Amino acid sequence: MARLLARFAEDMFWLARNMERAENLARILDVNETFSRDARGSQNWLSIVQLHAGAEGFFKKHQAATANAVINYYLLDPENSSSIAYCLKAARDNARTLRPLLSTELWTQANMFHAWIRTLTPADIGRADLSRLCSKIKEGCQTHTGILEGTLYRDEGWYFYQLGKLIERADQATRLLDIKYHMLLPSAAEVGSPLDVSQWNALLRSAAGYHAYRRVQPRGMSPASVAGFLIFNNAFPRSVAVSIATIDEIVVRLRQRYGLRAGNQTLEILDGLRGTLANRSIDMVLGGGLHEFLDWIQLQLIAITDDLGKSFFGHPPASQVQAQVA
Amino acid sequence: MSGILSRYDQGPFFCEIMGQAGTTAVEHTTAIRERLAQLDLAALQRRSEDAERELYNLGITFTVYSEKDAIDRILPFDVIPRILSRDDWAHLEAGVIQRVTAINLFLADVYGPQHALKDGIVPAELVLGNSNYRPEMIGVKVAHGAYTNICGIDVVRDDKGRFMVLEDNARTPSGVSYVLENRNMMLRAFPDLTTDISIRPVDNYGPKLQEAMVEIAPEGVADPQVVLLSPGTYNSAYFEHIFLAREMGVPLVEGRDLVVENDRVYMKTTGGLERVHTIYRRLNDDFLDPEAFRPDSTLGVPGLMRAYRAGNVALANSVGTGVADDKAVYAYMPRLIKYYMEQEAILDNVQTNICREADALAYTLDNLDKLVVKPVAESGGYGITVGPKASKEELEVCRASLLADPANYISQPTIQLSVCPTLVEGEVEPRHVDLRPFAITGKSTWVLPGGLTRVALRRGSLVVNSSQGGGSKDTWVLG
Repeated sequence: MARLLARFAEDMFWLARNMERAENLARILDVNETFSRDARGSQNWLSIVQLHAGAEGFFKKHQAATANAVINYYLLDPENSSSIAYCLKAARDNARTLRPLLSTELWTQANMFHAWIRTLTPADIGRADLSRLCSKIKEGCQTHTGILEGTLYRDEGWYFYQLGKLIERADQATRLLDIKYHMLLPSAAEVGSPLDVSQWNALLRSAAGYHAYRRVQPRGMSPASVAGFLIFNNAFPRSVAVSIATIDEIVVRLRQRYGLRAGNQTLEILDGLRGTLANRSIDMVLGGGLHEFLDWIQLQLIAITDDLGKSFFGHPPASQVQAQVA
Repeated sequence: MSGILSRYDQGPFFCEIMGQAGTTAVEHTTAIRERLAQLDLAALQRRSEDAERELYNLGITFTVYSEKDAIDRILPFDVIPRILSRDDWAHLEAGVIQRVTAINLFLADVYGPQHALKDGIVPAELVLGNSNYRPEMIGVKVAHGAYTNICGIDVVRDDKGRFMVLEDNARTPSGVSYVLENRNMMLRAFPDLTTDISIRPVDNYGPKLQEAMVEIAPEGVADPQVVLLSPGTYNSAYFEHIFLAREMGVPLVEGRDLVVENDRVYMKTTGGLERVHTIYRRLNDDFLDPEAFRPDSTLGVPGLMRAYRAGNVALANSVGTGVADDKAVYAYMPRLIKYYMEQEAILDNVQTNICREADALAYTLDNLDKLVVKPVAESGGYGITVGPKASKEELEVCRASLLADPANYISQPTIQLSVCPTLVEGEVEPRHVDLRPFAITGKSTWVLPGGLTRVALRRGSLVVNSSQGGGSKDTWVLG
């Protein structure tokens, strides 16, 4: 059997990322809707715009970060590359390119899912319907994941899919934490207040981690323990630690099984990430600044993505890119 | 007769299920007619809607481009099959094989000794001045003399039920994916119609194609790497490219995935460059290699022709096959069959007037309202004037075009194309059909039993092209 085309490897990687991103966007919108049912509601919606570094694009189209504007922009706007509609269109395009490699069931679901999201209009996404809609989107993404798990042939392409999914998942876990920790809490006095606790609760639920968290922490809920859970827990499937450890395994197995020699830099970055995660406690992280730590992880994930591009997807090395530009 | 055929009236046409007008219904469709009689219209309509929804959900579509969006459309699928008897098929199959053989002999001659041109069988300027003629092909060795490895011969039936060749498609004929998908759909949607009827299967097309691609690979390669080269996802036939790559189990590549080094072709994989031996290309000659053809095209592979000429890679179809499926050369095909094979043509041509010849032009101009006038360089049904249906203004436009460039046109009498019962807007009515059987040639030629039946969905329309609102039907060859 022939080796995997470099272009297909990249499409696999992005199919996973786009699907995972759509799912996480739905999680973020859903949890934010819950956060925003208080006096600071309008400010809360702005945090989503800031979270995606999308202020410029957003304010070109909308005057203020009202609930309707933000939901519309991140759910439906086909021109916003951080919208669910955009991600699902991109995922469908990836799947279309990859069709020779995908099972019919996997393709059909991606095709129908995209066709469904295209039928939504601003009238369908009012706040009253948002939670139900986000559930449907999550369900669609999880159906994709499930069909993939059950039908995708496990050759090289499968490994690149896993890499995309896990990198995106780690990235999104850091974003989800950031939105709560960095943006929402008005003052230190409110830490541990009923409002604060209910927000952490909602955040955990949006990551589908509430019950798992309860098994680790039967009583109480502190910012440190929730953040620690989402970053360090080595059994929760959406934690940063699990994503990083699995990425590492996948890269090693990919190289072993298919005799690929590239990807050294990725392994080095992963070593650094794993070492840091193993040697740090949540208190140390909070002491040094949670946002800064999450930011650092995001930068490492970007560096890994770049290296995968150069090692396996046929992207030119950085020096060459500069030479071409010059 | 009861059921869905009870009010069916085939008119003066030959019907693919009933037979010739004014005679009793043909025997070989008896069992199927009885079953159709048991279906009621509402049920048929429902199943038809289910089938079309499934086609859409499966993405079995062709793509139409508007200004803003790519729109995926399904080729409308009609649930009433077209049925060919065993004898009709034997005749068609033999005729197609003969025709493809002659086309390949002609191409070998054109790019070789050019006997037929020297002997005056075909006017030399018609071939050598043809825009599809590729001098780059002179002296290129083609495995088994198979230039057109995948060939689609468009066939119609007249009011007597006689088969006639309407057109040869020797470049990159499309539509075989619908043949296979339509069959899948029918077998699923109509178990009651298909049980216990011996229909010749079509699902071995992929393996047969793969086999031929291996047969034409450069000599001495034990396990040749075959790929399918597509212009990419925006191409209207992209679904078919996916389909064929999957059926053959080979990579679907684009030009940017391939690279030529030392006159050898490689594809870019996760592990670096991998050698490629046979390319089933769904890219026209013009776009294949910017070094050899259109320099502005980015769809192809620079250096591909060098690799091809060096014998390091096989191309299916070969370059320059368009010179044989040209509508003007078509007119000479019966004579070429006789010339190369010393046989009479098994399948007749539709009578064709070559407007470059003065008599034919005069005849065409005198009978414009009775003839179909076709530009020789166009495909997809564009630029055709159907005389009996045309307005006065349209006929005058056609006359002017003919006079301006007569060599660009042929004309043919309108054939009363055969019809087939077709579900249209809740009623079963006769609609005109044609047929495109597909032939694969490696060491020998094999014809897929059946082919693509296209159906003109508008009442009275003779235009079956998908780009002009046609649909398709499953085609059953009885075993």
